[in-house]
Amino acid sequence: MRKLNFKLPSFRALKLPGLSFLLAMFFGALLIAFSDSTVLKHIGHPIDFIKAGGVAVWQSYLALFQGSIYNPSLATPHDSLLAWYPLSETLVSAAPLILAGLSVALAFRAGLFNIGAQGQFIFGSIAASYVGFHFHLPIGIHVILSVLAAIVAGGIWGGLVGLLKARTGAHEVIVTIMLNYVALYFLMWLLGTTTFLRPGRKDPISPDVLPSSRMPLLAGNNYRVNFGIFIALAAAVFVWWLLSRSTWGFRFRAVGANTAAAKTAGISVPFVMTSVMAISGALAGLGGAVHVLGSDFSLTSGTAGNFGFDAITVALLGRARPMGTVFASLLFGALRAGGGTMQANTNTPIDIVLVIQALVVLFIAAPSVVKWVFRLKNLKTTGELAAKGWNG
Amino acid sequence: MSLELRGITKSFGALVANDSIDLKVENGEIHAILGENGAGKSTLMNIVYGLVAPDSGEILVDGIHKTIKEPRDALASGIGMVHQHFMLVPVFTVAENIVLGHEKSGFAGRLELGDARARIKEVSDQFGFDVNPDDLIEGLPVGVQQRVEIIRALIYDAKVLILDEPTAVLTPQETDDLLKIMRELKSQGTSIIFITHKLREVKAVADRITIIRRGKVVGNASPTDSQDELASLMVGRQVELVPEKFSHVIGDPVLTVKELTIRDITGRALVTNINFEVRAGEILAIAGVQGNGQSEVARAMVNLEEYVEGSIIVDGAQVIGMSVREALHAGIAFVPESREYDGLIASMSIAENLILDVHDRPPYAHGIQMSPTVVLAEAEKRKVEFDIRLQSVSDPISSLSGGNKQKVVLARELSRPVKLLVASQPTRGLDVGSIEFVHKRILEERDAGRAVLLFSTELDEVLALADRIAVMYRGEILAIVPSGVTAQELGLLMAGVVNA
Repeated sequence: MRKLNFKLPSFRALKLPGLSFLLAMFFGALLIAFSDSTVLKHIGHPIDFIKAGGVAVWQSYLALFQGSIYNPSLATPHDSLLAWYPLSETLVSAAPLILAGLSVALAFRAGLFNIGAQGQFIFGSIAASYVGFHFHLPIGIHVILSVLAAIVAGGIWGGLVGLLKARTGAHEVIVTIMLNYVALYFLMWLLGTTTFLRPGRKDPISPDVLPSSRMPLLAGNNYRVNFGIFIALAAAVFVWWLLSRSTWGFRFRAVGANTAAAKTAGISVPFVMTSVMAISGALAGLGGAVHVLGSDFSLTSGTAGNFGFDAITVALLGRARPMGTVFASLLFGALRAGGGTMQANTNTPIDIVLVIQALVVLFIAAPSVVKWVFRLKNLKTTGELAAKGWNG
Repeated sequence: MSLELRGITKSFGALVANDSIDLKVENGEIHAILGENGAGKSTLMNIVYGLVAPDSGEILVDGIHKTIKEPRDALASGIGMVHQHFMLVPVFTVAENIVLGHEKSGFAGRLELGDARARIKEVSDQFGFDVNPDDLIEGLPVGVQQRVEIIRALIYDAKVLILDEPTAVLTPQETDDLLKIMRELKSQGTSIIFITHKLREVKAVADRITIIRRGKVVGNASPTDSQDELASLMVGRQVELVPEKFSHVIGDPVLTVKELTIRDITGRALVTNINFEVRAGEILAIAGVQGNGQSEVARAMVNLEEYVEGSIIVDGAQVIGMSVREALHAGIAFVPESREYDGLIASMSIAENLILDVHDRPPYAHGIQMSPTVVLAEAEKRKVEFDIRLQSVSDPISSLSGGNKQKVVLARELSRPVKLLVASQPTRGLDVGSIEFVHKRILEERDAGRAVLLFSTELDEVLALADRIAVMYRGEILAIVPSGVTAQELGLLMAGVVNA
């Protein structure tokens, strides 16, 4: 059966992200070698320098791998599977990122640049956490209601942006940036109120969510990996279906690719803008729920970390396609999980991870560099990114 | 100066855009290159101008072999080019645009424009261009912007001037002015290569005509040949330039427009108090020079305009106040003015573009679940019915030629139950073969008893299709005349002259 606008991610489509990653690792390696004081001692002796540099790079990247996927030294005589503990950590950091990334990717496809995943994520966290610690509900129902609360809160916070854009023409980039501040300071204010401040604490931290509202663990108590990763993958399938199989997604893509033509064909542009931003916000809000109910359990002013901004990066890296976003988020999750181990075991600071992340995106944004380095001719560079600039 | 091309060949992958083309342009002649869209005219000229490198072939200027690798070489050889899309910076003045790339700095790096200004005045006076070097480009009409491009070429000593589809963007008056300028240039010794697919203009100015089809020179023609002969050479088969039109019974009014006023966002009236009706089986053409309010009237028919007063009744139903969607489903087929801008979505597939308006109705969707197989099957059907030339209905619409794109728009709009067809500039930018198809299809709708409201700036089109003609001038309907009117009378009306 031939299908409408659906292709499995082909090798061609993976080529640019894959090569960009390789190139970024290469520059990362240079940086590791040149920033290592023991390596720099040999700067006068080229051969020793290369040897020492090679060792430093190998150890750093090995630590990165061991911190993110498999580390045999963690295995105990009783439980050899513990060597996989790092993989569990990778999945824990990837799950919220996948959801926030899908939020940005979906908006991209409808021509909107959602910088506001951070704010929507925060609102999702607040709602999930409030329902999670404030109410005493039966097991099962509690977690479902907490998650729903986050979806609704994120959806409203995102939908507001769409509504403002549709009604007043306010540019979504400005609106979402501002609403991120509103969300952050609202969270900080909340953490000072008696409802949200953990009893007995003076620093801004909320009570832990009740066990009945937490995400079920998937691999026992030794691992933090939880049901959130399934929610994230299900959301990716949902977004794929929405975009390529549903009438709503058809409209989103039509408005994203050519607003004037969509309007002329009778598609209601204000409705599309509002609904796509609401769904987008709901996804980011869901990310907040997975984070709070799955691994953090309490709110602090730094709850959302960098999830909402990394979301933009993974959506770009994943070319605004759901499966691409999943892979990009797993990669970022692994880099984040492995970075800590790398810093602890070697002389290489965790910041190298940030450099690699940034370089990957830089190379994807400037494909001609990748083409030039690898002497490629027909590299597929057109993506699904439909968000427009200021004049769009 | 003479220009000779010998055996120019250029392929893009499997497509041979130019197949050993020979061409000779004599000193001081206007040499028209006639061919359909995609015949390879633009590729050939881009080779001459150094924008595209040929696979083989040579270029001789005054009998001397020249290597042209980039536009700089072409200019140095005395070849200038005016592109279809102007290469001007809108916020710069005429003089600033002309010195761009050749700026001279004066004291402390100040931009020195004195010489350029004098030269522009000189050239402008010499050929009667009426261009002021200190005007901002963005404030100038398209026709004048084009003259700026021509001046730029002349100032840099072009002896052979390539004009690529120069009239595509011009109004009939501006076209006449341009043809006059071309004759003037020729009389002062400039050779002109005139790329076009408009037969009337070719006959009006060309000294010699070379016809290109599918990358090959298929023959030479003389301007005294008839338009039908030229068209047939160009397309490669017999073409009916003026479609056959039978008289038939005209029915009751389908569209009644009363006291329609359309304003822009600032409240300025673009269309003032117009009244007309279109009856079943009738084509009412609204003629006029671009920018006299026709675009707004067309858009108002499906409620795409925001600030509208008056009434638009289609088959008894008031359109004003409906959503665009309701208007489309009330029996109005709408072919918008620009395929690229608001007719089609370039990055979506042909199949998807065919159902933009009905994507959420059965059988294409049940609830919010779409049925891709039904969408594709339907696209295959329309492809046959409308003779859309394509490789796969799943390809993006941007892979199609202009004519086939327009067929997609027509196929989409005519597959709803239609009472009124509103077609705005339906053949703009199309080649002869596609124009023939679109005209036939519009007449078929008329003969099937539908009301047709046609907006066109092309006199030939209006005269060939219309049963009645309304002429718009400055937002008002100046006159509604029967189809027997002559081109001269119509031209005068379009220029705003009543009582002609």
